[in-house]
Amino acid sequence: MAQGDFDVLAGLIERNEPTLRDEWMAALRSAGALRTGQFSDTELAQQTRSFMRELRAGVSSGTIDIEDEAWITMRQLLGDISRSRALQGYSPTETAMFVFSLKEPMFALIRSELARDAESMGNVVWGATQLIDRLGLYTTELYQKERDDVIARQGRELLELSTPVVQLWAKILALPLIGTLDSERTQIVMERLLESIVEAGAEIAIIDISGVPTVDTLVAQHLIKTISAARLMGADCIISGIRPQIAQTIVHLGLDLDVVSKATMADAFALALRRTGQTVNMIGSAGRHA
Amino acid sequence: MLEAHPSVDRIPILRVGKALVVSIQVDLSDQMAMALQDDLTRKIVSTGARGVLIDISALDLVDSFIGRMLSNIAAIARVLDAVTVVVGMRPQVAITLVELGLKLTGIRTALDADRGLEIINRALSEQDSDGADG
Repeated sequence: MAQGDFDVLAGLIERNEPTLRDEWMAALRSAGALRTGQFSDTELAQQTRSFMRELRAGVSSGTIDIEDEAWITMRQLLGDISRSRALQGYSPTETAMFVFSLKEPMFALIRSELARDAESMGNVVWGATQLIDRLGLYTTELYQKERDDVIARQGRELLELSTPVVQLWAKILALPLIGTLDSERTQIVMERLLESIVEAGAEIAIIDISGVPTVDTLVAQHLIKTISAARLMGADCIISGIRPQIAQTIVHLGLDLDVVSKATMADAFALALRRTGQTVNMIGSAGRHA
Repeated sequence: MLEAHPSVDRIPILRVGKALVVSIQVDLSDQMAMALQDDLTRKIVSTGARGVLIDISALDLVDSFIGRMLSNIAAIARVLDAVTVVVGMRPQVAITLVELGLKLTGIRTALDADRGLEIINRALSEQDSDGADG
């Protein structure tokens, strides 16, 4: 596309902007851009208006390389548009349709305006199609990136949520493990547990594995590491909540956890109290003695 | 010259009751660890100490050599019939030692020096009462 063709295209857009935008809006509406009800008609009009403004500016700069400096504000605009759509759960197609639905009104416009000059029409159509394709692909790419970010963030949040360290009593901590133990989680669990041991001055940590779906050699390895590290710091571990299948697996695999295990958290807690020389009394009996 | 000064490259060993207390307050160099091993071995024998408390709360970096030396020092003390307690290990150090495969088997650990001394005293009084029975 030569400079002359850019001028033609920019001029076309400038002269016919209201019509072009109306037809584009109509195409968007019929493609169902407003169906989910998350965008109002005014918001969509706002977005198309800004888009047309940036498109005009971009085209008159004489390049369709959208990585170019001239397209920077357009890139930002598309960034906002695809981000808001990604967060509101639009599908990739719906997001890309925002840009691609401009094609039809744009080509209709070019055809009616340049009907007498076949060569120029061919050039301009080719340029416009390249440009719209690039903008559309860029939007999809951003959308994808935004979704990936959302997934990564959820993963991190899940990790945070699933590894709480609870102080049960003076010198006694509990670590209810939920979900599969992989290396990354073990690292986080271990660090959390050890830091909490220091903070709370804990002597016993109860690791409850009722929420761990399977125990294989790798998970056992990770548990052993955590227990050894806690022991090095001067805190003993008790494992509780071993389910029947898991008990069988542990024995069949010949794993040696080398640690006291109790059936339930309550049993483990009772043992921990005994070991730390503490008792829990009924208020009634304590009251009578007082 | 700091390096030439004798007190800087040796870890002091204090006697507290029946126990020896070693507090490592600086990043341990390989030479210092070797010297500590020699000094401590000699001191346990010469004083007839029954317990050794090694405080590593100021240590925030260990490599495999230092890890091995700590393990050895504690094991030697145990061979010489002294109850050995390593206290104040930092979380990162504990993780490193576990990753290195050093579990300090047979060595007791405690969160701080106070609890460490308590463990030594309890172990010694148990040993004494066992001796009285036998």
